[in-house]
Amino acid sequence: MSSTGAKENSGIFQPPTALDKRLDSGFVWLTRLFALGIAVLLLWIAFQVAKDALPAIQAFGLGFIFQSAWNPVTNQFGVLPQIYGTLVTAFIALLIAVPVGVGTAVILSENFLPLKVRTILVFLVELLAAIPSVVYGIWGIFVVIPLLRSTLGAWLYSWFGWFPLFSTPLAGPGILPASLVLAIMVLPIITAISRDALTSLPPDLRQASLGLGATRWETILQVLIPAAISGIVGGVMLALGRAMGETMAITMLIGNANTINTSLLAPGNTIASLLASQFAEASGLQVSALMYAALVLFILTLIVNIFADLIVQRVKRI
Amino acid sequence: MRSNPKTNPQTVKSTDSVFQVRNANIYYGSFLAVRDVVMDIPRNQITAFIGPSGCGKSTLLRCFNRLNDLIDSFRLEGAITYNGRNLYDSNIDPVEVRRRIGMVFQKANPFPKSIYDNIAFGPRLNRYKGDMDELVERSLRGAALWDEVKDKLRQSGLSLSGGQQQRLCIARAIAVQPEVILMDEPCSALDPISTLRVEDLLHELKQQYTIIIVTHNMQQASRVSDRTAFFNVQLSEKGGRTGYLVEYDNTESIFQSPKEESTREYVSGRFG
Repeated sequence: MSSTGAKENSGIFQPPTALDKRLDSGFVWLTRLFALGIAVLLLWIAFQVAKDALPAIQAFGLGFIFQSAWNPVTNQFGVLPQIYGTLVTAFIALLIAVPVGVGTAVILSENFLPLKVRTILVFLVELLAAIPSVVYGIWGIFVVIPLLRSTLGAWLYSWFGWFPLFSTPLAGPGILPASLVLAIMVLPIITAISRDALTSLPPDLRQASLGLGATRWETILQVLIPAAISGIVGGVMLALGRAMGETMAITMLIGNANTINTSLLAPGNTIASLLASQFAEASGLQVSALMYAALVLFILTLIVNIFADLIVQRVKRI
Repeated sequence: MRSNPKTNPQTVKSTDSVFQVRNANIYYGSFLAVRDVVMDIPRNQITAFIGPSGCGKSTLLRCFNRLNDLIDSFRLEGAITYNGRNLYDSNIDPVEVRRRIGMVFQKANPFPKSIYDNIAFGPRLNRYKGDMDELVERSLRGAALWDEVKDKLRQSGLSLSGGQQQRLCIARAIAVQPEVILMDEPCSALDPISTLRVEDLLHELKQQYTIIIVTHNMQQASRVSDRTAFFNVQLSEKGGRTGYLVEYDNTESIFQSPKEESTREYVSGRFG
């Protein structure tokens, strides 16, 4: 490697030039800069939102998240119904999307179907993610809501109307149709990430299990899914983040009613939808209140993400 | 098969050989991978499969527990009988075959579960009702691993060293008390000391199990096996490689006085 040894050696190797070394360290610094840029951007957004929210924070304090009023005329603001709506719609969406999404991922990662069919299905699932959310919204308004009103919604109300969750008839927009459409919207995230996690498992694992005499389903349920669980949970959490922040389709489907109604068939609201439907005509303290609501959503998502990380860490341990 | 075939008087006669392979041709699609294999695998002995890469020894090995069934294009002509019954009969469930015939793979492949759960996996599949702790201990002792792991049974199987992981896989295989253990180059990823430990283990396992081991290591074959089968590979006119059984005899004969020239060349290290 030293120049003295090179004399008697006829090899073609050369020491790296000054330019090579500069490019190498330059590349390291460039990536550092990019990574830092993201962190700075995030903090800056958080800071700006918090700054603009300050008047509302001073006016309402923590009571903001426990108050149900949203009255621009009297300047009374609170986001409890929106927090409730955000969490409930996201929860119902995941309740539907997780089993369907993970199930789809299993089918697409195993060879139950011919490769051609699987390739087409993978493409179609990914296409679901490519549909703009406003299209989901308009589809929800003109297809899902009328359909639900005459079928599932009517059925739930007539048979389980005594139960608080279904105690109102589905008149139009509401939490249930919003959650259903949300489930479809987050489905591709769960499917794609779970499928990646499943297909990247070493093939030996499957062989080991089958070699011990496990059936296909025993192998999938007892070996493959547990082995891929951190990836699957990661995908679910990403979907949860998406579900909590989804705006356009929800605004079109949830009814934007700033009250808490225990019935899933009644209209409600989410924080993201509140922001979208109110920012245009807001002024004064209302703008500040909207910023405060944005901050709440920000923190809510952060808490969910930290929580998710802890879960992933825990399931990874074994 | 669960109604034990040993009770059948016709099969009692063949207790000397666990498997009988008759004119087996193994195809992947239209490609002939292994041809014309005829051999009997003796009970409670170690049979080694040796031969150059691509000669189909692993392919044949995987026929004995029907693991090749997972490959869509796989097809077997001829017959392989297990305790006198055709393994590829339409009424034989491959899952059940694999519960009776254990397998250890080339690369140690413990589940990402605890050491205990790795061992208990097979017995749980079989709805084992006995004392699981005792079975886990017995299996780990059987694989000469107990003393090294007895204090950390709840730790992940992946936390062990390569040699320990392979012995864990052997323990996992013997936990269901199979009649046969198939080993596909079990030591190829291990260092010499770990290899020696596994080889010692094979001698002990022989008392209770019939073992078939595929190996690239001829010293290993001569050290551990009672019988050795030498496979070679033949290029077909279409460029495909078809494996075939050249010679199958007592290990001593194969290594000291092989009948075929190619066997002599292979075991003396002149090719392959």
